[in-house]
Amino acid sequence: MDANIAATRSSSISLVDAERSITFGAGVLLLVVGASRRSAAGTWLAASSTPLIYRGLTGHWPKIFNGHADRDGTKSALAGPRGIHVQESIRLEVPIAEAYQFWRRLDRLPQVMTHLQRVTETGNGTSHWVAKAPGGMVVEWDAEIINEIENKLLAWRSLPAADVVTAGSVTFASVRGGRSTQVSVHLQYAPPAGKAGALVAQLFGDEPSQTIREDLRHFKQLLEAGEIPRATAHT
Amino acid sequence: MRAVCWAGKENVRVEDVPDPKILNPRDAIVKVTSTAICGSDLHLYDGYIPTMEKGDVLGHEFMGEVVEVGKDNTRLRVGDRVVVPFTIACGRCYFCRQQLWSLCDNSNPNAWMAEKLYGYSASGLFGYSHMYGGYPGGQAEYARVPFADVGPLKVPDHLTDEQVLFLSDIFPTGYMAAENCQIAPGDTIAVWGCGPVGQFAIKSALLLGAERVIAIDRFSERLRLASQAGAETLNYEEVDVLDALRDMTGGQGPDACIDAVGLEAHGATLDAWYDRAKTSMFLATDRPHVLRQAISACRKGGTVSIPGVYGGWLDKFPLGAAFAKGLTLKMGQTHVHKYMPLLLERIERGEIDPAFVITHRIALEDAPGMYRTFRDKDDSCIKVVMKPGAVSQADRREGV
Repeated sequence: MDANIAATRSSSISLVDAERSITFGAGVLLLVVGASRRSAAGTWLAASSTPLIYRGLTGHWPKIFNGHADRDGTKSALAGPRGIHVQESIRLEVPIAEAYQFWRRLDRLPQVMTHLQRVTETGNGTSHWVAKAPGGMVVEWDAEIINEIENKLLAWRSLPAADVVTAGSVTFASVRGGRSTQVSVHLQYAPPAGKAGALVAQLFGDEPSQTIREDLRHFKQLLEAGEIPRATAHT
Repeated sequence: MRAVCWAGKENVRVEDVPDPKILNPRDAIVKVTSTAICGSDLHLYDGYIPTMEKGDVLGHEFMGEVVEVGKDNTRLRVGDRVVVPFTIACGRCYFCRQQLWSLCDNSNPNAWMAEKLYGYSASGLFGYSHMYGGYPGGQAEYARVPFADVGPLKVPDHLTDEQVLFLSDIFPTGYMAAENCQIAPGDTIAVWGCGPVGQFAIKSALLLGAERVIAIDRFSERLRLASQAGAETLNYEEVDVLDALRDMTGGQGPDACIDAVGLEAHGATLDAWYDRAKTSMFLATDRPHVLRQAISACRKGGTVSIPGVYGGWLDKFPLGAAFAKGLTLKMGQTHVHKYMPLLLERIERGEIDPAFVITHRIALEDAPGMYRTFRDKDDSCIKVVMKPGAVSQADRREGV
């Protein structure tokens, strides 16, 4: 897989102060938790905090997320060539609480995320994720919610010792004078080397941003239209 | 069931395909009683539209009887007689709520394909390539209708199939083309192309208060039909259209111009990610003749309304003329859902009988030959209606 894939559609929106603090807090948390793990995974997790902290401080995602990747910046942000960032957003005509509740119930995510087989909530904000990989293989990891503000933000990260180091956040905003809701996902993942890494890489395909965009589209279709459109029994 | 399937360029076959099934909660299955070949089906027949696959069921103008409904479809019942809009729309997204039904956000499962080409995807369409969703069409014995709780229009029993079938596409398409002209009393409207959409645009312009309609074509039977509707006619093989329009309007030009011809006559086609489309584009770049002419002919501050289908990038598009004259350009797939109820009322009031465009009535089995007849405008063919249950010509000859 190509080194630094950075995808975004609308990343230059300034955050309000509260959200900025939250992003900053989430970044610091990632940094602390990551640094306290004396493992490769911990290092990556710590490194993955950089964009969150940057955004928390400046109100903007680092330039590398705007598709103008600069190698030095990418390296310092991801501490390695395989870290992948995806940022996508979608707008839908449902109340913000409805959109938030869908995401908060993690076990419903496989309905819209094609690569997920199941997500099981395991208590205390932790969850077990099983993703489908090509060839009938599965990739599993445990994650925990690290930040949660009703109708505003959800953030999670994988627990130590997981095959996949991943962190992500989804933010909810009221737009068009309160008539529409905008949902923005920021996902980071850093697959390990070796066979597991190859499987993880295949999970999201050659274009991770396209994969996430399709997942978000399914989310919108399910909430707005009540179903995900299908042309034939095979699609 | 039997269905008209695309098998390649200029190759249409009637084949056995699996019966459609309910796939989603808001679906319905319709037993097709009447279906038509649309001029835009000829773009598929001629291979101009990319992402068609062998075996795709054609057809987007159809009506019939509801035989099955999905569990969340509370509006339709088995036995309802309905006309189905050719655009598929969810009824709940931003665009549907704005009455921009053909721009529905949620009905194209292959939206990503259209996004690569256009930036954003419009609605899914029946039987009109995988880029528009890959939905099987209605030139078949049965059709699955998604979002059937907002699309299909129930029609009263006292109206015949032929009176209401064209609510599925060409009547609303011609009507929206005329409405887009924002006709004021006294206006003169010029219509290029006197095929079925052109005919409905002519009738609609007059219904909406145009003082004069000038119809442009080269086929005498089509010009005759336009003339019967009340239009003045121009045969572009016999006169210089620009000169004639200028003369007829005292040197001012028509207040609005309707291009009811579209991509094939003009040759603007789709881009390169499909190789054949690219080839077609190069073959066709020199033909956006009608749209250029409509822009040249239109009076200052007028409107050019484009119901004809365009797909890609136009060569030598005279934007300078449009800008210099302050023209308004209106276009797009028809928001069929918006127009169906009000046009049904006009039919019920007897203001129009849409069956006037029909020249050919055939069995589904006779579709392959009729695609060619329609494309070549042989036998004075203007509009073809097919009856899935009817006996085919071949069977009739054999006395089956």
